[in-house]
Amino acid sequence: MKETKKIIGCVKRVNGPVVLGEMKDAVKMLDIAEVGEEHLIGEIVKIENEQFTIQVYEDTTLIKPGDNIYGTGMPLSVELGPGLLGNIYDGIQRPLEEIRKINQVYIKRGVQPPSLSRDKKWSFQPVVKKGDKVREGNIIGIVKETSLIDHKVLVPVGIQGVVEEIRQGDHTIEDVICRVDTGEGIQDIRMYQKWPIRIPRKVEQRVFATEPLITGQRVLDTLFPIAKGGVCCIPGGFGTGKTMVQHQLAKYSNADIIVYIGCGERGNEMTDVLLSFPELIDPNSGKPLMERTILIANTSNMPVAAREASIYTGVTIAEYYRDMGYDVAIMADSTSRWAEALRELSGRMEEMPAEEGFPAYMPTKLAEFYERAGKFRTFAGNEGSISIIGAVSPPGGDFSEPVTQHTKRYIRTFWALDRKLANERHYPAISWLESYSEYLETLAEWWEKNVDPIWFEYRNALMVLLQQEVKLQQVIKLVGPDALPDTQKFVVEICSMFKNAFLQQSAYDKIDSYCTTKRQFRMMKIIYLFYKKGAEFLKGKYTLLQIKSLDVYHEIYKMKYSYSNDDLAQYDKLIAKIEHLSLEDGYGL
Amino acid sequence: MDYNLHDDGREYRGVTQINGPLIFIEKTHPVGFNEYVEIEDANGNIRSGQVLDTSDKTVVVQVFEGTTGLDLNNTRVKFKNNPLMLPVSRNMVGRIFNGLGEPLDGGTQPITKQYMDVNGLPINPVSRTYPRKFIQTGISSIDGMNTLIRGQKLPIFSGNGLPHNKLAAQITRQAKIIGEDVDFTIIFAAMGVKNDVANYFIKNFEQSGVLEKVTMFLSLANDPSIERLITPRCALTFAEYLAYELQMHVLVILIDMSNYCEALREISTLRGEIPGRKAYPGYLYSDLASIYERAGMVKENKGSITQLPILTMPNDDISHPIPDLTGYITEGQIVLERDMFNRGIYAPVAGLPSLSRLMKDGIGEGLTRADHPHLASQLFAGYSRVKDVRALASIIGEEELTPIDKRYLEFGESFEKKYITQSENEDRSIEETLDLGWQVLSILPRDELHRVSEEELKKYYAG
Repeated sequence: MKETKKIIGCVKRVNGPVVLGEMKDAVKMLDIAEVGEEHLIGEIVKIENEQFTIQVYEDTTLIKPGDNIYGTGMPLSVELGPGLLGNIYDGIQRPLEEIRKINQVYIKRGVQPPSLSRDKKWSFQPVVKKGDKVREGNIIGIVKETSLIDHKVLVPVGIQGVVEEIRQGDHTIEDVICRVDTGEGIQDIRMYQKWPIRIPRKVEQRVFATEPLITGQRVLDTLFPIAKGGVCCIPGGFGTGKTMVQHQLAKYSNADIIVYIGCGERGNEMTDVLLSFPELIDPNSGKPLMERTILIANTSNMPVAAREASIYTGVTIAEYYRDMGYDVAIMADSTSRWAEALRELSGRMEEMPAEEGFPAYMPTKLAEFYERAGKFRTFAGNEGSISIIGAVSPPGGDFSEPVTQHTKRYIRTFWALDRKLANERHYPAISWLESYSEYLETLAEWWEKNVDPIWFEYRNALMVLLQQEVKLQQVIKLVGPDALPDTQKFVVEICSMFKNAFLQQSAYDKIDSYCTTKRQFRMMKIIYLFYKKGAEFLKGKYTLLQIKSLDVYHEIYKMKYSYSNDDLAQYDKLIAKIEHLSLEDGYGL
Repeated sequence: MDYNLHDDGREYRGVTQINGPLIFIEKTHPVGFNEYVEIEDANGNIRSGQVLDTSDKTVVVQVFEGTTGLDLNNTRVKFKNNPLMLPVSRNMVGRIFNGLGEPLDGGTQPITKQYMDVNGLPINPVSRTYPRKFIQTGISSIDGMNTLIRGQKLPIFSGNGLPHNKLAAQITRQAKIIGEDVDFTIIFAAMGVKNDVANYFIKNFEQSGVLEKVTMFLSLANDPSIERLITPRCALTFAEYLAYELQMHVLVILIDMSNYCEALREISTLRGEIPGRKAYPGYLYSDLASIYERAGMVKENKGSITQLPILTMPNDDISHPIPDLTGYITEGQIVLERDMFNRGIYAPVAGLPSLSRLMKDGIGEGLTRADHPHLASQLFAGYSRVKDVRALASIIGEEELTPIDKRYLEFGESFEKKYITQSENEDRSIEETLDLGWQVLSILPRDELHRVSEEELKKYYAG
């Protein structure tokens, strides 16, 4: 961004991150401007008569009226090319590792190391040859970015023509690797390109999402699944486990690429991800998780304007990998902080507030963000997807506040975190009463085809029991459990078992932390069969106490810690045991 | 107005408007945002302030000592061309300062060449190390259930009249890292607290012989409220100096964050900003984060900053913006419960809403004891059931409960009486705490304990 810097104006007023400038040269909306001699990065967000407003992405201390404002003539953009994976950036894609080399402990102002290394050489393997016709979005070659991911070098948008020259071998991202004759001249192609973050990247066509994003979390995959290319939100008050769910998803979901956006959250949480991910192994590929992960960290004490930009930075990077044909999942933690940044900036610009002080355009911006998700056919000729999972932090845990409400308009899976469950340390504290998934029926087909044909039936049967239990609990609260007949008590008992042995999942237990689809199905089947068997026994004059003293009863409770993903045989044994329980022989009673 | 520019061209006599703690000055030289300002009243007393808004027409300054006694014509304003800086030196440890970092103990200004910007800088997340070292406080409800970790920010959510001071003092006296004998120091920042409270802490520190390790920044209830906005920043700036330059372990007690937020609201309202929830400014979250996020540990550095902010929840309401936003930033919370307090239980740490987020990585094998994570989880689950059973018993009567529910009631009693309850001077080791946990857990039948493993049951269960 150092190329063209001319003075476009001077500072008139400074109010926190909002700087008012007086125009000296033409300015363009959403262009990047740099304020003062330290060249603090900002974005032009309003132009009025001879004045313009800049939202500055760095601390504005000691900026004064009269300071120069420099223009770059470019909108806020990110660099897209090999070297993104495994990296950690701030909200405007400044590489935090590089900043650490310059500034040590803190982030000081005015540092602008390049987002992608200019020195590192990548081995470029062409897939087109001289004379081939190419157009925007086509793959011209491959770079092994990490042992997990092949980085596909794409023809930048706006270029179409015949390959004039292509250079195999080791190159830096600034070297010309391909020259294309467009008919109107020769265009050089390098391994990286820039893209403005607020504009969605072009894509051929939206297609239907039919495959689940498998997260390895039982309550999510089995009860409220999300599709690859789906949108989802996780609202919850503090301490209900939003971040834990997001971390679990980043670790275990079967997307090819993970973009994790820490937007206005805790510094230590990002450190946790940074330190633990390189050591964690992706259960799907067997490679370190960091090799497929990109982190955007704009913690709560970093400048608020960059927090606003961070989710766009994240989604643009995600779109770039989607264009290569990858399934990308974005975890945005938390979109409430983003909305609050919007509110803060709007307030400083003295705009008219709408609901709870949020600007009236907040819902529009939310919609724009979530609509960048989806499954698409790309110009590269394959299919890629972006799934967005946004955490929402409603004040006081009250879901009726504007961010949660407006988010609900644009998402299709809703994972509501429940304070009461969290207090009981029932994690993940996802409420089975409030949550929903609009993808359920589409994805049921996938489960039925790939896991078991009766998946949907079992899943629904257990959901019905959970709903029944709520009513029964109300009765218990009024008259005590003894007033219920054994059959109804048994329903409560089964629900308690389902919650303990299935819905609860420990993120810290090696065996329990990740659960394959096959294992999930078996666990569900076991509980369902036990329910059926138990109900039959109760009719046959056995008592609830007798059923609870069965060996299998305890085995079911402990199965999630006892039998791993590879031990499916143990689950099948347990299934057989339950199926063989019979009234006649009084098995184990 | 007298535009009497002095030799360095940065001093003015006369202001245009005074409104609460804000003064407005027109037609100045270009003044920087956040610049430090000295204000001299007609009698020659100097106050300090900070630029909140600057433009080519008007400059808005907030005066930390308040504007009482200032007038339009005789007030002299001097812009210092730098942000508010705190002098820092090792000799400041053990001394008492006011909320702006000026000596209150009759001693001289610290002599040093080093000054640090009180606003601090954001720590690069890449530079942080993840806190993992368990701090033993000797209080079972904290060590066993909501473990404090070095480098953590763990607030105490309290209510008026609850013993948060007693608890904070006990933590300060007893906090230690097992098997490590390191130098630690305490910074005590008081914002708008009563003189009695400050004296209580001073006396307590004196009795336990830690007073010479405690540096105090006091902005008491009778000091101008605006001063409180700077107090925590001064304290944390000094903490950063001690931790990251002198490699010390610092425990920072911030009391009472509610008063800090009130002061912030006052300024925001005076500036005519758009109010958010309960009239607190929309940036309350970011502002609180700029304080709380200054806790932590950084790479290649031995020092650490652990924060123990104390806040009183207005009307015991945990969904009030102050505790709510605090809870979103801090790594857990210790909630004090009035019901337990009224039943004579000390420390009245509420079982269910309290939480330590860093606990998971700071306990277990090699850190505390291998059974700790499961035991804590089981105690939480059991106590949660106790709450349900109690609610049921209050409707249908205890006699009508099932035998198992009665066992839970018994467990609840014992948990509160034996495990939670301890005296103000009782310092329990982590082993004692954990063994006590198993002792009360053994009241419950073995079949009910789903969250502990078979081996753990074999080893510790005594039912």
